[in-house]
Amino acid sequence: MSNTKHTLVALVEDKPGVLNRAASLFRRRDFNIQSLAVGCSEQPGLSRMTVVVGGDSAEVEQVRKQLDKLINVVRVTDITEEDIVTRELALIKVKATASTRSEIIQIVDIFRANIVDVASDSLTVEVTGDEDKVNSLFELLRGFGIKEINRTGRIALTRGGI
Amino acid sequence: MKKTGAQILCESLIREGVEVLFGILGGAVLPIYDTFPKYPQLRHILVRHEQGAAHAADGYARATQKAGVCMATSGPGATNLVTGIANAYMDSSPVIAITGQVARPFIGKDAFQETDITGITLPITKHNYLVTDASELAKTVKEAFYIAQTGRPGPVLIDIPRDVQQEEAEFAYPDKVDLPGYKFVSRGHSVQIKRAVKLISKAERPVIIAGRGIIISQAYDEFKELAEKAQIPVVSTLLGIGSFPGNHVLNFGMLGMHGMAYANLAVQNADLIIAVGMRFDDRATANAKDFASQANIIHIDIDPAEIGKNVPIDIPIVGDAKSVLKTMNKEIESRNHLDWLSQLEQWRSEHPSLEIRQDDELLPQYVIRQISEVTQGDAIIVTGVGQNQMWAAQHFVYTKPNSLISSGGLGTMGFELPAAIGAKVGCPEETVWCVAGDGGFQMTIQELATIAQEDIAIKIAIIDNGYLGMVRQWQELFYGRCYVDTKLWNPDFVQIAEAYDIPGVRVKHREEVIPAIQKAMDYPGPFLIDFIVEPEENVYPMVQPGESLSQILELPKPEAVSRY
Repeated sequence: MSNTKHTLVALVEDKPGVLNRAASLFRRRDFNIQSLAVGCSEQPGLSRMTVVVGGDSAEVEQVRKQLDKLINVVRVTDITEEDIVTRELALIKVKATASTRSEIIQIVDIFRANIVDVASDSLTVEVTGDEDKVNSLFELLRGFGIKEINRTGRIALTRGGI
Repeated sequence: MKKTGAQILCESLIREGVEVLFGILGGAVLPIYDTFPKYPQLRHILVRHEQGAAHAADGYARATQKAGVCMATSGPGATNLVTGIANAYMDSSPVIAITGQVARPFIGKDAFQETDITGITLPITKHNYLVTDASELAKTVKEAFYIAQTGRPGPVLIDIPRDVQQEEAEFAYPDKVDLPGYKFVSRGHSVQIKRAVKLISKAERPVIIAGRGIIISQAYDEFKELAEKAQIPVVSTLLGIGSFPGNHVLNFGMLGMHGMAYANLAVQNADLIIAVGMRFDDRATANAKDFASQANIIHIDIDPAEIGKNVPIDIPIVGDAKSVLKTMNKEIESRNHLDWLSQLEQWRSEHPSLEIRQDDELLPQYVIRQISEVTQGDAIIVTGVGQNQMWAAQHFVYTKPNSLISSGGLGTMGFELPAAIGAKVGCPEETVWCVAGDGGFQMTIQELATIAQEDIAIKIAIIDNGYLGMVRQWQELFYGRCYVDTKLWNPDFVQIAEAYDIPGVRVKHREEVIPAIQKAMDYPGPFLIDFIVEPEENVYPMVQPGESLSQILELPKPEAVSRY
């Protein structure tokens, strides 16, 4: 259980400053936050926040409880142990020449990723998947020369149910 | 009916039962102050520095057990509140801070006296608000008071732009709050309570640690019933003093860094700790790794985030102390722990932590003891921070509930004078003694003017040793007696008081102590006594930083006194 990555999902009020409150709390209590993603939820006025936090279970439980104490946070659940779907999105701008372009396209196809922009000396790849998939593609493309990368944090939902 | 934002604020405060506000006005709160004459029910006490306003509101809140309100203008007025807000946050005190803000069109423009006070106070408030529309004001005040005073109490700040104070809106005060993200559990989990009762019934060497949560939930009777029924010795945290009678046979005093040796030994040798409304602060536990290592720990607290934060807990019970203890008491069996209690008594006689050494000089412990004797415990003691605080905690016998007000978590020197003002304003019938150090006293000394202007009849005892005493003690013990910048040049405090039209006396000898205290008590208004005490007296017992609670440094025996 020690030092694994935990995924917390929080339902928060969609009010100004809520992200700031959460971020300020993580900084202030020296919590080891690896990613944070926020977007609207199915309920009007509420957003869903996915937090990936590293640490042993006691530390993660502290994060969960402190986050839950924020007045604008409605509910926080640690879904790490549950059956969940997690996704990240990455945009990768990779160097491409006439000779490497087709090889890159093949790799992108294998990963079921998409080319979203083509330029004379680069390709921009969009990939969605869990963290391992994004990392794997990144490693394969690295050899061609990465010009820029931008990744979202992890988002997650439990499977089925509710 | 339409009202201005300023009127809505005043109406809302009145509906929350507010009678007193502590503050200083300035440009961004002028519309609010301009409406005060229409609301004579609201007494405004003009302080001399906003920090004083926040501490006074805090002292008021602790003494009356209802929210205390402070007010300041934007920018420096608001930032001057910050220490007081942080102090209230650390000690779970329901303070409402109302600040003026620059008008909405100027926000974010670095306007004159603009500061992001909601941003600044984010980590030191339970919650805060920037009100951007007068129609939101009543709802905001309602929520702020609800949040500040329920669950684990804490400060809430409301920042109101100047033009929102002037804007008109329909006024209707809401009956209830709608806060989907705010929840607290009052009743403890019944299964957990049963498990706790079982452990208590089996324990041979149980100890209860009493915290301020007992005072906040006013669980004095329930707590006493538990201790007496199960015959469990009680030790308390600094802020837990006043939750259980100081002269009770089961009371073994304060634990921690300057706790009683026998209290610390009891904790370290216990097989069961029942911690009620306390948060395992490092000053109470000393080295947390070695804390009560033979004991199972039951932790009763209303804040789930306190469970397991500093010390691993065997049985957590999240709930309000009063409710949990009431349920618990129904199931607790009568016990006696004669062997354990006689062991504690033996430790008490072997380690007389409250013994005052013989000395020709005036000793600070003696001064506190005499205040205790003369008042017979019938007083509220408001302390500063440092040696004066520890001696006041150790040597005054707190027989009345909630009779010690002290800055525990933040350790704010200068808290004492304004907090004593707040306590006296909130409880005018009570005798309020402000026990100050000569260092801390000068950090908020300007509030003597507030005392004079409002004729606030507090009694001030300066424990004057000419040093930043606790820091000097650390320099003596841990830095080779190298007294860097702890020696204080002091003004004549009696003359200072006189300049503020407050009578005072200076006391240098033992025989003058009681008459001076008596004189202060007999005088109908505020009174100051400057006790010139032994300059290099140390606070004992002491657990050195980083050591375990069992490593207790005690008052050196007389033959060992020639230390240097």
